[in-house]
Amino acid sequence: MINHQLIVVGGGLAGLRAAVEARADGIDVAVLSQVWPGRSHSGAAQGGINAALANDPEGHDDTPEKHAFDTVKGSDYLADQDAAIQMTSDAPGVIFEMEHWGCPFSRYDDGRIAQRPFGGAGYPRTCYGADKTGHYLLHTLVERAYQRGITMYTEQFVTRLIVHDGRCIGVVAYDMTKGGFEAFCGEAVIMATGGAGRTYSNTTNAIISTGGGMAMAYQAGVLLKDMEFIQFHPTGLLTTNILMTEGARGEGGYLINDLGERFMSKYAAKAMELAPRDITSRSIQTEINEGRGIGGKGYVYLDLRHLGAEKIMERLPGIRDLAIHFEGVDPIEEPVPIVPSQHYTMGGIDTDVNGATQLPGFYAAGECACVSVHGANRLGGNSLLETIVFGRRSGAAAARYIQGEPGGGAQAAAAPSAAAVQEMAVAVDRLASGAGSEDSYAIRAEMTTTMKEHFGIFRDAPTMRTGLDTMLALKERSRHMTLRNKFGVFNLDMMRTLELEGMIDVALATATGALARTESRGSHSRTDYPARDDVNWLKHTLAHYQPEGPRLDSKPVTLGTFEPQERKY
Amino acid sequence: MPVATFHIKRFDPDNDDMPRYDEFSVPYEASLTVLDGLFYVQEHFDGSLSFRYCCRAAVCGSCAMYINGRYRLACQTNVRHLDGDVITVEAMPHMPLVKDLVCDMTDFFAKYEYIEPWLMRNSQDPAKEIGQTPEERKKLDMPIDCILCGACYSTCPSVWGEGNYIGPAALLKAYRFEVDSRDEARKQRLAHFDNEHGAYRCHTITNCVEACPKELNPTEGIQWLKRAAVRRRLFGRLK
Repeated sequence: MINHQLIVVGGGLAGLRAAVEARADGIDVAVLSQVWPGRSHSGAAQGGINAALANDPEGHDDTPEKHAFDTVKGSDYLADQDAAIQMTSDAPGVIFEMEHWGCPFSRYDDGRIAQRPFGGAGYPRTCYGADKTGHYLLHTLVERAYQRGITMYTEQFVTRLIVHDGRCIGVVAYDMTKGGFEAFCGEAVIMATGGAGRTYSNTTNAIISTGGGMAMAYQAGVLLKDMEFIQFHPTGLLTTNILMTEGARGEGGYLINDLGERFMSKYAAKAMELAPRDITSRSIQTEINEGRGIGGKGYVYLDLRHLGAEKIMERLPGIRDLAIHFEGVDPIEEPVPIVPSQHYTMGGIDTDVNGATQLPGFYAAGECACVSVHGANRLGGNSLLETIVFGRRSGAAAARYIQGEPGGGAQAAAAPSAAAVQEMAVAVDRLASGAGSEDSYAIRAEMTTTMKEHFGIFRDAPTMRTGLDTMLALKERSRHMTLRNKFGVFNLDMMRTLELEGMIDVALATATGALARTESRGSHSRTDYPARDDVNWLKHTLAHYQPEGPRLDSKPVTLGTFEPQERKY
Repeated sequence: MPVATFHIKRFDPDNDDMPRYDEFSVPYEASLTVLDGLFYVQEHFDGSLSFRYCCRAAVCGSCAMYINGRYRLACQTNVRHLDGDVITVEAMPHMPLVKDLVCDMTDFFAKYEYIEPWLMRNSQDPAKEIGQTPEERKKLDMPIDCILCGACYSTCPSVWGEGNYIGPAALLKAYRFEVDSRDEARKQRLAHFDNEHGAYRCHTITNCVEACPKELNPTEGIQWLKRAAVRRRLFGRLK
């Protein structure tokens, strides 16, 4: 058993920001990460991070209130308005802090942080470093974590929470380079493990974005919120779904159909290509469904050629490299074939604005959490912001909790943590020695295809019901999975089989929530219920874990500042 | 359907005395990256195969390997672009092995930490951003794109010859902060590269430049550090 006061699971932006904050409050913090923290998926973010700095001449009268309004409107009014206001008011301060820590933002001539237009935003509000903003922010926070002397346990595959006497006191992790399970105990745990994009076969997300933190919390009885809201990014590369930043359209890129039309004029005449992502993805999918994909096929073009080589090389060098390497297309010379792709999990672990959950000692921040600031549709540039704002807030809240609690200390944790490690070993033994007939990789492939095809951009009851039946059957089949390798270091077979169990549970929460919500709101677009229904559905979905599948419940949305109205762009 | 032959160097510390090579045939349609191929092998033929992975979009630095005799990111390498029908995949050489294609990066990151890779300030931070002109910012363009994959470190003969040499990646990181107009380190970081294990160990062999999958130039940064260190010694400049 390894002891620290605070255990942070996940070394991306949210986890590191939480760790740095708690460390500043004098807490002994350990970060556990499946990869070296600088390799986390936060680093794949491209276009930027929103804050009403009002640095751009066109945005000189921008304010956090306007940023909050855009966020709430973008969310299709499902965001909690107090949370959105909290995030946008914290935004300028945390961005300046990242800058003071060395983040290499792009600059205006006068030396201030440059800002670009992004979808659904009234002003150029998205601070950026070329098109590699996530990479720059992540490395800046890794550097700060080293500077602050935070203990980092890298290549630790966390498998479950340890809950004792109604409090979360640690986690169990598989040490990938040394082998074996170990308990990491503390007085509080912050979960910051990112999204669940890999439950879909067509995702922009990293291979490790499997929703592990959501699954562990959920299986321990913590609620998941609004899991039916899945964001499809308008522009993933055709063959790999690798992200082409919204910044490409922020810099003036066009979306073009087979007829050569900028078809967004039909769907969002004013905002055009900078409509929010739900609307833009639906528009692309409609063009494709109606036969106006390129050559009648399932994709359209992102055309950047008119921006010219100089602007592309300066502002969008990263996506140019990606298009060349992964699609064989140079955006300076040719339009890039793109397709809407799963991108973000709006839902997640139900938390308040301080990352606290209903389980004492257990906090969550970043994409694995749902505060909720994104509601039914997240605006581009708000996810990086969420990680830093709520990472910081949860780090501070966990520190206060630890300082205020007497805490049982290492002695009290010894027995329950030993038991949890033992249970983990037994579970692996069972998988390895069972007469299991099911191949986990076949189940994984079927699950990700089912989620893509049955819970995609457009949804309806018959399609979702079939999909949910398939998912429940897969859940049953997963009880008979085999493990080919039980021992050793860097045991991918074991890790990938264990993570699949969690992925199925998380995906089931998405599927069940989607079928239950009989309206269209934000990213959840039902052809059989095309209208938003504020009377019955202006509320958050809550999923309670049950072995046989989720039990749903709901809670009200915090309103009070912005009156819900029809979204027009 | 075309088939790619993966010739993979294997080593399991629990069972093997010596590394060996295993061969697998991986069918593919239009496009297959080396990383896709490794997953195919792991899922269909041999669940015990170990390798690092994360973003699969050439930005996280996890999957640097030695592929057909060159340092490459497995995720960024399409088998169609490799010569010959056999794809030889090995862990980065000159590094201790954990298992199969996974090498031990402990020393690499210890040296990264040793260089104190963070912005150092003495002045009070302003209420808003610290000003930086586009020209000042441009100096950072090259070094900030480093993904710390370790290819430059693995390929550097000066690292092979002198185990305490901190190597191209850590020095490039030192350069990244030394050229940052906001950095106010005086001698704190200098002491880490202006010594016998630091910049002078670079003999401008430029293997690092050839190996870098992001096409960066660590050698250029290291030469800058040498010049800066000498200037400071000769003329007593703080920075």
